[in-house]
Amino acid sequence: MKLTPIFSRRTLLGGVAALIVLACSSPLFAQEEPQRGGTLVMASTQKPRHLNAAVQSGIATAVPAAQIFATLLRYGEDFTPQPYLAESWEFSPDNKVLTLKLRQGATFHDGKPITSEDVIWSLNVVKDNHPFSSMLEPVEAFEAPDPQTVVIRMKTPHPAILLALSSALTPILPKHVFDDGQDIKSNPKNNLPVGSGPFKVTKFEPGQYIVLERYDGFFLEGKPYLDSIVIRQYQDANSAVLAMESGEAQLYPLLDSTRLIRRLEKAQGMGLTDKGYAGIGPINWLAFNTKNPALSDVRVRQAIGYAIDRNFVTKALHAGLSKPAIEPVVESSPFFTEDVARYDFDLDKAKALLTEAGYGDGGKKLELQIDYIPDIEEQQRAVAEYVKAALAKIGITVSVRASPDFPTWAQRISNYDFDMTMDQVFNWGDPVIGVNRTYLCSNIREGIIWSNTQQYCNENVDKLLNEAGVEADQARRKDLYAQAFKQITDDIPIHYINEVPYHTVYNQAVQNPPISIWGPMGPMDEVWLKQ
Amino acid sequence: MAYRILRQLLYAAALILAVLVLNFLLIQLAPGDPAEVIAGEMGGANAEVMAAIRQQYGLDKPILTQLGLYLGRALQGDLGTSYFYNRPVVELILSRLGPTLLLVTAALAFALIVGTRLGVMAARKPRGIASTLVTVLSLVGYSAPVFWTGLMLVILFAAKIPLFPVAGMINIVKQGGPLVRALDIAHHLVLPALTLGLVYLAQYSRLTRASMLEVLGADYIRTARAKGVSERRVLNHHAFRNALLPVVTVAGMQFGAIISGAVLVETVFSWPGLGTLAFQSILARDYPTVLGILFFSTLLVIIANLLTDFVSRLLDPRLAKGH
Repeated sequence: MKLTPIFSRRTLLGGVAALIVLACSSPLFAQEEPQRGGTLVMASTQKPRHLNAAVQSGIATAVPAAQIFATLLRYGEDFTPQPYLAESWEFSPDNKVLTLKLRQGATFHDGKPITSEDVIWSLNVVKDNHPFSSMLEPVEAFEAPDPQTVVIRMKTPHPAILLALSSALTPILPKHVFDDGQDIKSNPKNNLPVGSGPFKVTKFEPGQYIVLERYDGFFLEGKPYLDSIVIRQYQDANSAVLAMESGEAQLYPLLDSTRLIRRLEKAQGMGLTDKGYAGIGPINWLAFNTKNPALSDVRVRQAIGYAIDRNFVTKALHAGLSKPAIEPVVESSPFFTEDVARYDFDLDKAKALLTEAGYGDGGKKLELQIDYIPDIEEQQRAVAEYVKAALAKIGITVSVRASPDFPTWAQRISNYDFDMTMDQVFNWGDPVIGVNRTYLCSNIREGIIWSNTQQYCNENVDKLLNEAGVEADQARRKDLYAQAFKQITDDIPIHYINEVPYHTVYNQAVQNPPISIWGPMGPMDEVWLKQ
Repeated sequence: MAYRILRQLLYAAALILAVLVLNFLLIQLAPGDPAEVIAGEMGGANAEVMAAIRQQYGLDKPILTQLGLYLGRALQGDLGTSYFYNRPVVELILSRLGPTLLLVTAALAFALIVGTRLGVMAARKPRGIASTLVTVLSLVGYSAPVFWTGLMLVILFAAKIPLFPVAGMINIVKQGGPLVRALDIAHHLVLPALTLGLVYLAQYSRLTRASMLEVLGADYIRTARAKGVSERRVLNHHAFRNALLPVVTVAGMQFGAIISGAVLVETVFSWPGLGTLAFQSILARDYPTVLGILFFSTLLVIIANLLTDFVSRLLDPRLAKGH
């Protein structure tokens, strides 16, 4: 490196002063002036049906929709809500009324102003159509007393509402465009919607690519930094990773193959992070059909729990990249608790419990079948094979049943045609949205995948979960969930194995990669490319 | 002649109808339905949403009613709306038809031109090194599964030596006029066309070789040689044209097989054709799209067969005089 003139010409004192200046400014160095412009190519293996996230949940639609549509609130790296389209908000003393003030001068991509009318219309669309009905279920009325104010009245306190108003869940749609008398779920405008977010969608070729271009009238001054984002859909993780390696793509979120993650760690000029998935909260678990004659005995389920070594899965199968999961929420959730039944690997306990239940050595022979979600190799199939081997050690014969594709698996599980199955379920930020559905007695619904397909029912758990859902005090709410999770893990309708090791891979030119709790499902208005 | 054409068209119509009905019934045998796939895509759903999806697409009606409704609409040229992509099937298919035709034509042209030339070369000296090389090459080309060949080519020529793009048909980021775009597409086309072409190249070279050897033993070839016609003219003019006939017949008959081969190749290379669409639609239980693709493939095969007939007549006028 060449010496700068400052050192060669000035006195020693001057040099020291310069050093001090440099040292003081160095924390700022990390946040250097963002550069504008450029196209970011994002690789994806997700294929969205359409782009209207108000009526279609799921990652595939949420990633582009978070760019196209603004939401009332947004989140950073922790679970603290931040202003977005709403610049301020407050709850009434009884926590049943939430009043939000909208930003002045915000416009849709067609230039029309975003008013409280649009907001309450959008919230009603979400309430009526969104598959996660628990998000806005306690809402009695949305009101728009003036163009900048939105009032949400609820039957009960509903602390999950703030999260529900953030990225990926309740996009703000232009009423004047979508309120055209057509069924919103099949409205052709969902393919190229007029949005309210940092980027407008200009092209959408299903199964191929989505082109998003900077919206110059975006309500956050100076944002977004990028000129455009192209989301390219690849057939599988292998080809997406090849595209990253060849420089064809610069950002690839949601990679869960530890083999590919390890390969990219060694690649030149590539950054990797596991941040950005606290909101999704993806857990890989083993679910039991609690109506199976053998598995209806809690001791058998506990025995299976003790016989499975999570460390083997996370360290050997997942190359040390996945974290063990021990309860219904992920470790980064604000409701995570240490005080649950963990079922740490203990073959003696497992054998003892099994014998007590009348199986194992000298008892009845136990044969079980295990299913898994196809096409998720390391997280699902490999773990299912391991469960087979692990349970053989305590005398349970397990056969692994493959499903040719997702619908086959979904039909088997949702119609209770299974003994045990590997499954992957997301927390979706708040237990009311992503956790309750797996355990509530009222959600045992035949034919619905990711409902309570374990057919587990414990009234105490129902009571605790429901109380926690309407508890406005965060500390008390946390305590109620802790009690519920303790009870659930004691009953073990599900044996939690590991958190899905989602990683975001980015070319080193990409600055501020998406690492908020919603990660790629959050707005990428602050991402920029270093020339 | 007119009667013949009419009869062929009638056969074609009956065939298409049979294909539609059979496919409709076959696809019902696959476990799971679109509502489950859509629910999976949405990260879970409730009973109301599932019922709404089934009702929206008429999946709550008896199968025969669904079949009747489908056929009724199909006869009017309406292939329905894709359950998964929520847009007209015809629109989806037409946007994918071009890339598939491009890939198949390129692969077929490559296989025919290079394959027949290699075959001729091998037939000249049936026991020479060239002949052995062609035999080995065609054996390998024919036995290796296309997806494997495809992956190997990607690893070699896109990852290790980055000569060609990994996947896709166009570089969306690249700006430029029609010529730049055409070159870009050609650049993307090389590996998939090569992959798909290699299988058929193997077959055509073997077929040409065998056929040439047979023709070269015929009396008129000996006559030609006795007349003092140059060896090159004997090979290219007298022998090759006659030897080509079985190749054309086989190539035409294989058109359907090539389209199904394209499914694999397109999947490996994310080529945005009918093959990838078919693959995705089957996984998504998107019945109207799958049926639409099968319908279009049937049409393509029928058209290809008619064309083969026509070309054979050109090559061998005796065929036209029969009947």
